[in-house]
Amino acid sequence: MAQAEGQQHPLSIYFWIWGLLFLFSAFSYGTDFLPDGLVRTSLIVLFMVLKAGFIVAIFMHMAWERLALIWAILGPPLLLLFLIGILAWEGDYTVLTRLDFFSEPLAPAGLEH
Amino acid sequence: MAQEGMNPAADALPPEGWRGIVDDWATDKQAFHVPWGKAMMWIFLLSDTFIFTTFLTGYMNVRMSTAVEWPNPSEVFALSIFGQPIPLILIAIMTFVLITSSGTMALAVNYGYRRDRYRAAALMFVTAAFGAIFVGMQAFEWTKLIEEGVRPWANPMGASQFGASFFKITGFHGLHVSAGVVYLAVGALKVLRGDYERRGGNYEIVEITGLYWHFVDLVWVFIFAFFYLW
Repeated sequence: MAQAEGQQHPLSIYFWIWGLLFLFSAFSYGTDFLPDGLVRTSLIVLFMVLKAGFIVAIFMHMAWERLALIWAILGPPLLLLFLIGILAWEGDYTVLTRLDFFSEPLAPAGLEH
Repeated sequence: MAQEGMNPAADALPPEGWRGIVDDWATDKQAFHVPWGKAMMWIFLLSDTFIFTTFLTGYMNVRMSTAVEWPNPSEVFALSIFGQPIPLILIAIMTFVLITSSGTMALAVNYGYRRDRYRAAALMFVTAAFGAIFVGMQAFEWTKLIEEGVRPWANPMGASQFGASFFKITGFHGLHVSAGVVYLAVGALKVLRGDYERRGGNYEIVEITGLYWHFVDLVWVFIFAFFYLW
């Protein structure tokens, strides 16, 4: 009964996760030395997700909580993916508009935009 | 903070899984089988998640939409050590400092539940000290960038939005770390003084403080990836 005793777990699990977080941090710093591109970006996201996952699951004890609490806390942030999506779309539109208006015309004068 | 669970027979939990979610939410009773302080801290952290995400999403939007070149964080945050510029090294050290503090915090929570209050308090002070070191390094970083002419409205290295995003995101995070240092120090003093011994040896408060501290570290993971590495 983990709930009755509070979150009491063996110390070794914290030392393991601590070590892993150090390792992943070193790896994510290492991505800075890679050339820009899809590989680098994927590795940044991979190590970010791994670190965040271990912190929430083990250090914040989410892995041992009941599903009702897990969904109440981790569910709503999924909505934020929608916000990220629409702002990425909007940002894309804004930069094209700016390039069109503030730099040399992309199309010869007289042509329909 | 009187706990349920004194009488295990009357306190049998409903089943896990989706059935458990429905049971937990559907009846007029306590929804979360955790102490109220812990549930409230989680809900506060959820609201904080939304704030930090809107900041980071706003940053994503301005970074995508600026037609001026974004400065390379790898060079902006490089430091010269023994005459050799090392990219992003200050931020890497800050990351390790914060990870270290997260580890000492996790141990403090564990010792709290073992009712070893001297070790718990000592580890909380160590955590607070690492937090203070982090804020100190951030102050150094801000000073360096301000001297280089970076402002919330301007930036000599490229896109002005870099300054706005930098001061807003790292400033708000730094504020959280500073508040956490105070929160930890006060909590550690109370643990050391034996306040929770008089309340039946309930050290749930160390875990609640820990939740806040781990969250601050969690936010830094995202800032490090999106602002500094991207």
